[in-house]
Amino acid sequence: MTTTPDTVAVTAADQEARARDVLGVSRLTDTALTSWLHGLPGVDQVGCEARAAALGTRSIKTTSKAWAIDLAISMIDLTTLEGADTPGKVRGLCTKALSPLPSDPSTPRPAAVCVYGDMVATARATLGASDVKVAAVATAFPSGRASLPVKLADTRYAVEAGADEIDMVIDRGAFLSGDHVTVFEQIVAVKEACGDARLKVILETGELVTYDNVRRASWLAMLAGADFIKTSTGKVAPAATLPVTVVMLEAVRDWLALTGRMVGVKPAGGIRTSKDAIKFLVAVNEVAGEAWLSDEWFRFGASSLLNDLLLQRQRMSTGAYSGADYIPDDSPSLY
Amino acid sequence: MPTFEYAPAPESRAVLDLASSYGLFINGEFTPSTGGASFKTVSPATEEVLAEVSEASEADVEAAVAAARTAYTRVWSRMSGADRGKYLFRIARILQERAREFAVLESLDNGKPIRESRDVDIPLAAAHFFYHAGWADKLDWAGLGADPQPYGVVGQVIPWNFPLLMLSWKIAPALATGNTVVLKPAETTPLTALLFAEVCQQADLPPGVVNIITGAGATGQALVGHGDVDKVAFTGSTAVGKAIARTIAGTRKKATLELGGKAANIVFDDAPLDQAVEGIVNGIFFNQGHVCCAGSRLLVQESVAEEVQERLKARLSTLRVGDPLDKNTDVGAINSRAQLDKITELAAVGEAEGAQRWSPECELPSKGFWFAPTVFTGVSQTHRIAQEEIFGPVLSVLTFRTPGEAVAKANNTPYGLSAGIWTDKGSRILWMADQLKAGVVWANTFNKFDPTSPFGGYKESGYGREGGRHGLQGYVRTGA
Repeated sequence: MTTTPDTVAVTAADQEARARDVLGVSRLTDTALTSWLHGLPGVDQVGCEARAAALGTRSIKTTSKAWAIDLAISMIDLTTLEGADTPGKVRGLCTKALSPLPSDPSTPRPAAVCVYGDMVATARATLGASDVKVAAVATAFPSGRASLPVKLADTRYAVEAGADEIDMVIDRGAFLSGDHVTVFEQIVAVKEACGDARLKVILETGELVTYDNVRRASWLAMLAGADFIKTSTGKVAPAATLPVTVVMLEAVRDWLALTGRMVGVKPAGGIRTSKDAIKFLVAVNEVAGEAWLSDEWFRFGASSLLNDLLLQRQRMSTGAYSGADYIPDDSPSLY
Repeated sequence: MPTFEYAPAPESRAVLDLASSYGLFINGEFTPSTGGASFKTVSPATEEVLAEVSEASEADVEAAVAAARTAYTRVWSRMSGADRGKYLFRIARILQERAREFAVLESLDNGKPIRESRDVDIPLAAAHFFYHAGWADKLDWAGLGADPQPYGVVGQVIPWNFPLLMLSWKIAPALATGNTVVLKPAETTPLTALLFAEVCQQADLPPGVVNIITGAGATGQALVGHGDVDKVAFTGSTAVGKAIARTIAGTRKKATLELGGKAANIVFDDAPLDQAVEGIVNGIFFNQGHVCCAGSRLLVQESVAEEVQERLKARLSTLRVGDPLDKNTDVGAINSRAQLDKITELAAVGEAEGAQRWSPECELPSKGFWFAPTVFTGVSQTHRIAQEEIFGPVLSVLTFRTPGEAVAKANNTPYGLSAGIWTDKGSRILWMADQLKAGVVWANTFNKFDPTSPFGGYKESGYGREGGRHGLQGYVRTGA
């Protein structure tokens, strides 16, 4: 089982050759892709939601809860994706990532700071050579409605500015109209533009609506070389739900069994409390497996989750619930 | 890498007020048995003695039936349907209010996980009383014919797998239709029935309308054979069901019998496989497989058989077996030593017959009655484990090639209580449901119950229906 990410740059030609191998075809036509995707087992909505609800009822041991909270903190992509983002706000967020709770240096750091491409340089400068990664949304985030050259330029700009990870959005219009080849080719092209940066592919599950679509989009993204599959931009409701994440965890589990390659999962948007985060970790543990319980293979895209995890962590170490003002907050709401 | 441990999160027993001994509930009062005999009921998870329970003698049965007859003639049959409904609504609400108490007691006495008693058994029991309360004043419009009339005194004998739920399936329709009841719970799980007797008192139900007598087989026989019982309702094994049918043959007594099963859970190659695996798990490991409609025969299309088996084994490795009162427990204890012996014996037969036995790694508690979830692959129709009801967490996996073959294999059993179909094709679901000789056919789900849905079997799975309008039919006579 692979346990370290494969960060070697992949050319589009290599990636397409891999995909042809998986499908066992000589040419990746839309017919071939579509019949492959529609040959996947379907997802029964009622059964899937029931399973997710059952996973949400596990009760966690206190010592494990402390461990889970630290793990969840280390899995966060601390995110600011506002039109109103300024260098000041990004610097604040990066400082917070470097030292989430100055009063307690044992607090783990989040995995990455996630910003718009034009803020990558600012983030990189603040984070310096630390192990906190810079993730950038690219490809005309959040709509993804731009020409491919624009999307690729967007990606290269972010990588050149120092991004370690690229979060791209798929073309939902193409996907929903059944044009799987276009979605595939765009992901392959962006993956090539990423170079050594890891690629997270945002499916925007709120717009895909059905679990069958979520499963197919997950497989399509993995076929095209995604290092991570991510639920949402955070700009569309519903964003990351537990059932959608369960479907994606099933997909990466099955993909590993089929190809021997591990792909990460990133639910993003709407996960705000420690309780929710732990439910997701339970799902990771029971659906995909223990191997995914690491920031290499699972991330939370969130902004306010970190503060709640810190509050809970503080409560568990001191026994008292101190309140939000005891957690330094660098990204308070504008209002 | 540390493993993700879940808490032992045991539900507190403090909510219970368990007496050390219980009498019989006759004519609204707890009374000692005339013979003075008693037996102990134990927690199957620990073998701890929970309470001593009276064993009803023939004289006690006589007294209970007499009390039911008096209550029927003087009070219950004269009461308006609307008033009967009020009592049933009151019982339903009290069950909801005391749900936690009932759930803890049910898990203690039966061994089933608190997750199931809390989320399934007790809510459904209350739902049955609510549902039938609604019918009590509307029987003329239930499609049962003109002016439906109660039989009178109903003798009811229920099994140990869903003690309170089976009680509510029996008592709620009987009372709604104007009958009075003498009920005998199973000897290994009498406690929630006795707690229900307290609920009857709390609801001010007229004395004698519900009588609960505890005891073993002899008590049940005395009740079924009693001359003044007008109707018998039984849920349990096919062997006992046949004995009851023989006992009442040639008498005026009516009967509904809900007996054993060996349900086929049929998975086609186009099924939603991850959910099908959940359904297989729920079909056979729910309540440790102590379910008469359990999906104990998995019929899987050959083209996906290997894949389904692999997914199933991976899923079973995450099942948690242990303390029934722990909220994280998925599979609890086997209800009794006798049942454990029966399961152990049949599983050994499966191995001797040449089927491949597999269980996930799981540590079973040293005390109590435990059996690890078990899957047999390579099973044929001629194997005993494919024919006989095991009534435990043991799944037999068979394969088929075509829809017609699936139907033929599914029907090739003396039983016919339930079946499951997993496919994305709606037309196939309807075609299969039409062909399958089973009282309940679930599509893309399994083991789902609802008071509005009639339940009952074909062939050796019994006759009569419980639940829905069809269930009311078994408790009334109509002129038309």
